[in-house]
Amino acid sequence: MTSTDADIARPADPSLSGAAAPEATAGPSWSNLHAPDTNLVADRQTVAASRALRIFLRSPTALAGTSILAFVVLAALLAPVLYPGDPLSMVGRPLLWPGQNRAFPLGTDSLGRDLAAGLFHGARISLLVGVAATVIGLTLGILVGSVAGYNGGWVDDLLVRLIELFQTIPSFVLLVVLVAIAQPSIVTITWAIGLITWPTIARLVRAEFRSLREQEFVMAANGLGYGHARIIFREILPNALPPIIVTASVMVATAILMESALSFLGLGDPNVVSWGSMIGSGRELLRTAWYLTALPGLVIVLAVLSLNLIGDGLNDALNPRFNGER
Amino acid sequence: MAKALLDVRNLTISFPDSSPVRELSFTANEGETVAIVGESGSGKSLTALSLMRLLPNAARISSGSITFAGTDLVSLPDRDMRHHRGRDIAMVFQEPMTSLNPVMTIGGQISEVLRLHSGFSARQARSRAIEMLDLARIPEPARQYDEYPHRLSGGMRQRVMIAIAAACQPKLLIADEPTTALDVTIQAQILDLLDRLRRELRLSLLLITHDLGVVGQWADRVVVMYAGRKVEEAPADELFARPLHPYTRGLLAASPRLNGDRHYREAALTEIHGSIASASRESGCPFLPRCPIGIPTCRARFPDLLTASAARHVACPVTIVEERSHGAAVGIRA
Repeated sequence: MTSTDADIARPADPSLSGAAAPEATAGPSWSNLHAPDTNLVADRQTVAASRALRIFLRSPTALAGTSILAFVVLAALLAPVLYPGDPLSMVGRPLLWPGQNRAFPLGTDSLGRDLAAGLFHGARISLLVGVAATVIGLTLGILVGSVAGYNGGWVDDLLVRLIELFQTIPSFVLLVVLVAIAQPSIVTITWAIGLITWPTIARLVRAEFRSLREQEFVMAANGLGYGHARIIFREILPNALPPIIVTASVMVATAILMESALSFLGLGDPNVVSWGSMIGSGRELLRTAWYLTALPGLVIVLAVLSLNLIGDGLNDALNPRFNGER
Repeated sequence: MAKALLDVRNLTISFPDSSPVRELSFTANEGETVAIVGESGSGKSLTALSLMRLLPNAARISSGSITFAGTDLVSLPDRDMRHHRGRDIAMVFQEPMTSLNPVMTIGGQISEVLRLHSGFSARQARSRAIEMLDLARIPEPARQYDEYPHRLSGGMRQRVMIAIAAACQPKLLIADEPTTALDVTIQAQILDLLDRLRRELRLSLLLITHDLGVVGQWADRVVVMYAGRKVEEAPADELFARPLHPYTRGLLAASPRLNGDRHYREAALTEIHGSIASASRESGCPFLPRCPIGIPTCRARFPDLLTASAARHVACPVTIVEERSHGAAVGIRA
């Protein structure tokens, strides 16, 4: 509240008003110009966006999540620089413990592959699969859910049956089957994860739409001559976003876990290293060289945790009703 | 004589098992304020929604015509109807607390309708939206532009709703009980605002209300509805001076008057006995069970709408006789 006041009280930038004035006179003229400051402040856009960002950054959990995720993203970006070459190639003596050899700070696995290189390159794969699969799942889920919830009637019935069809099959089994049928590669794994996660989003979106479409502001939007697409995407969807965003951040985490699980079972892309495949290959040496499973496992935990924390922070920041209280 | 902007003829709105609005006809001229008055359940809100073609799914317009600026709205395809909404006909709803999109700034909501219908650029729309906020007498419009609806009071929100509805300078503004949810002190301000917009933007105002005080002060012409039918239509001043239909008389008698010398400790307001009849009644005058002057013919079928004078119509065979003799008497004297 106080910060908003300060924003307003700040005198308008003279260069700003100077730039706006000629535009205003050149623009359409309407009969009743009363507000003297109309054109001075007409340029101040997107205050709301910065406000949400401020709240997000003020929350300690969101900040912790963001910094962990930033670290993971940085690792993914720096992987080709720090560890050029294939992380799957043998570079040293096998089964070096972390700290045993300066050249391999996190040790090597049973085939003499650098564990640190694997973790850095694995971050690329995990993030890629996590984000891409979530985008696929979100797109499908929002499309199906909004159409079903907005239209109702037989369209809704049909789409709900489709959602239920997917939900009755245990999702991980379906995932394994899908990947087994298609050749395991990053692309097919991503699509398969996207295909098994969309029903969750679709159900959520449908439920939100069903309650929101009865709201008066949707009726008012109808009364202003807005088309169906505009009402769905501009009026209803933004109101349904907080739960969708939270679910999406958890979905990225779930997708990362699923990819890891697939790789652990040996169904991952054999040509790339991922955190899951590292755990999988270290499994047999769990008692003698536990760091081979513990380190990738720890990284997965951190990545998943960071996404959940971010989800919480986003939920608070994006809901305008929370703005005043925090 | 002004041209009729809106001409509703024999409008009947039906649900599968009932018809809450029957054979309703009225007109609204350019720049005129027409009030539709009636108690809850008399079909006035359905009438408003039917003009926008926003009836609930179960309801439909089963007969009649709605002609707006020469276009028949009943037979218009959905796509073309959408083109009219917001641009030519706009509506202000009863509930300002829930009629605004809660996650969009109020200015953004005005800009959006401007960009859709008037083809403004983002910058033009923003300037014009601030203009509209100012026109709706919202203090510090440029600052309030970025405010979210939940930060505003009910009265302010209704001003925003009006600003949105009037943004594209529609020809007809329908206000469905615009002040019902508001504080009494705010009511007059909102109605004053609507009236000022009517004059400044040269639009016709269709005021749906159950408040006779509102009608008396702001309307040019009044349509009184009872159980889905028009029972009386008259210029506002004439209606108050000499109500014709027994229902209208009952309503006026039931309104407290400042100069009426009455106090609740000494005298109770008169009331209309009974309650509103079900709109699904098939024949006869729906007001008959409550009517003090009913005659046997009222039971057989709904009384025809009779013309008392050029602008006055009433659906009552009893009082029309009085009125005609009154008119004749006046005529003789003149």
